[in-house]
Amino acid sequence: MKMKRNTILTIIALLVIIVLLFLAEKSLNPYYKRILNLCAIYSIFSVTFNLIFGYTGQFSLGHAGFAAIGAYIAALLTLSPAQKAVNFFLKPIISPLANVEFPFLFALIVGGLLTAVLSMLIAWPALRLRGDYLAIATLGFSEIIRSLMVNMQSLTNGALGLKGIPGYTNLFWSWGCLAVCIFIIKRLVDSSYGRAISAVRDDEVAAEALGVNLFKHKMMAFGVSSFFVGVAGGLMANLISTIDPKVFLFTLTYQIVGVTVMGGMGSLTGSVISASLYTIFLEALRPLESQFTIGSLTVPGIPGMRMVIFSVLLLMVILFSRKGLMGNTEFSWDGLFRLFNRLRSKKGEGSTGGDES
Amino acid sequence: MTFDSFLQNLANGISLGSLYALIAIGYTMVYGILRLINFAHGDLVMLGSYFAFYGVSMFFLPWWAAFIFAIAVTAGVGVVMEKVAYRPLREFPRINLFTAAVAVSFLLENLAIVIFGGRPKAFSRPPFLDKMLNIGSITFVSYTPIIIGVSLVLFVGLILIINHTKAGTAMRALSKDIETTGLMGVNTNKIIMFAFLLGSCLAAVGGILWAIKFPQINPLMGVMPGLKAFVAAVLGGIGNVGGAMIGGLLLGIVEIMLVAFFPSLSGYRDAFSFSILILLLLFRPTGIMGEVQPEKV
Repeated sequence: MKMKRNTILTIIALLVIIVLLFLAEKSLNPYYKRILNLCAIYSIFSVTFNLIFGYTGQFSLGHAGFAAIGAYIAALLTLSPAQKAVNFFLKPIISPLANVEFPFLFALIVGGLLTAVLSMLIAWPALRLRGDYLAIATLGFSEIIRSLMVNMQSLTNGALGLKGIPGYTNLFWSWGCLAVCIFIIKRLVDSSYGRAISAVRDDEVAAEALGVNLFKHKMMAFGVSSFFVGVAGGLMANLISTIDPKVFLFTLTYQIVGVTVMGGMGSLTGSVISASLYTIFLEALRPLESQFTIGSLTVPGIPGMRMVIFSVLLLMVILFSRKGLMGNTEFSWDGLFRLFNRLRSKKGEGSTGGDES
Repeated sequence: MTFDSFLQNLANGISLGSLYALIAIGYTMVYGILRLINFAHGDLVMLGSYFAFYGVSMFFLPWWAAFIFAIAVTAGVGVVMEKVAYRPLREFPRINLFTAAVAVSFLLENLAIVIFGGRPKAFSRPPFLDKMLNIGSITFVSYTPIIIGVSLVLFVGLILIINHTKAGTAMRALSKDIETTGLMGVNTNKIIMFAFLLGSCLAAVGGILWAIKFPQINPLMGVMPGLKAFVAAVLGGIGNVGGAMIGGLLLGIVEIMLVAFFPSLSGYRDAFSFSILILLLLFRPTGIMGEVQPEKV
């Protein structure tokens, strides 16, 4: 009975979301659409970081570099030959890439696969390291990737970046990819593999003693995670249509870590909520940084103010709630109903508001 | 390459390396005690140079007073940072502590953009640091020996503090085991604060010297030196103060030599530093001077 209710609710919710996305895609202005797209992309970043750290316990700080690989591959595959000729005026692009143009889906998948392969090549030696040393090594790799992108003029156009990438990304692409990503990761962590990687997180030595192949499971989590990071990078390239190596500084990784911790380690829905809130919040504060007028008074914008507010908020969340917004629990209908009931009974007693965590 | 230009590059490398080392010490002391990669440390470098800049240009202090002012204020920021952001989180999972460091780093950088402005500012050197010196056939600017000299004095002073004072002994004890040290009657909060104070002072000195060497300051100037110094700390064996000095010097010399010997590779300078880091981590994960810790079950 309960199962049935939940399934029906899930189907209804999914349908509502699809209809909403359809309406949004048709009627919203490009600015709002862009924000919604970014929500999905950051959610993918955050969910994948959750898989690698929240579930597997491997402190990898390579997200920015991996996203860069996916973004550049998708961009190079979707750019038209004419645009490539415009972009690469300092040094011509290497020949096989100059005249090709592929559909978006192909570019995303190739981007994701190559990112996964490259990241696994990196992980091969790096996964021997543990804890902070792994973090340092992956951070180093991420910076090496960025440095290569600045220097390989004939492949990435160097510091000039790539311009005029066709903006294929729309709400269906981005939220669709997010849905696939969450579905696969959820299936993975609920499978026997997922139990094994959680065991690796909690105690590597004990897990190994119980016969869990540490290397294989870490590699698998790494590969799945970076595949989707690459896809998200490709989505991002086709959303903002101009990329250069500076977009993928390691501060991007820090942001992803912050967002994921805010959402709760080990909660995929927490990651999505937190990433969406982060994106919307930063956009909502944008007016602070541009000039605005109150009555006859003109207030100059304060650049940097948004991130000041964000970092204070992030600090507050960490200081006052140890587990982030969702802890390690997922959103569920049962949980929602329990929350409703609690709120109702509290209202009955005359107290106001409820503590949701 | 002639022997003279080799010496010149060596001096250059040592001065860059001592700057890395000054900054790296702060990373390594904090890591040794709290097991925290304090990513906000690089931003203290930036603050140090900005405070010195404003001390001279706004309060019209003589340069030495401005430098002391900058060091004191930066140390204050470091201590407040520990007290507000890190102390309440000490019992939390380590990822929270790490995220707090990231948040503090974002906060300092963006506060600097808000308060100081995002545009780079020109840092004017005290006149005696701007002369050209000739020793034999080598020519260098007078700040190079000053940077090396100041760093050397600070290194010696720090080693004396750590090895021969009560606070230093307590710090070494804390890095072995915080709880037990607390039970032995050491005021752990005070000693941790002292470690942050020392680290921030050195970061401020590093920042001022950095601005003297590369006289253009901007709110994000601390990021790259911070990251490099962190690499240096890991190279030397993170948690080990002597190691941080060696790691910093090594990194500085190697970077300068790479550019000097292979000018065509100069674009890969950063990539090269990180490659050294990764290679070292793979073969000797605890760094040059780090202790190998046996795995406990």
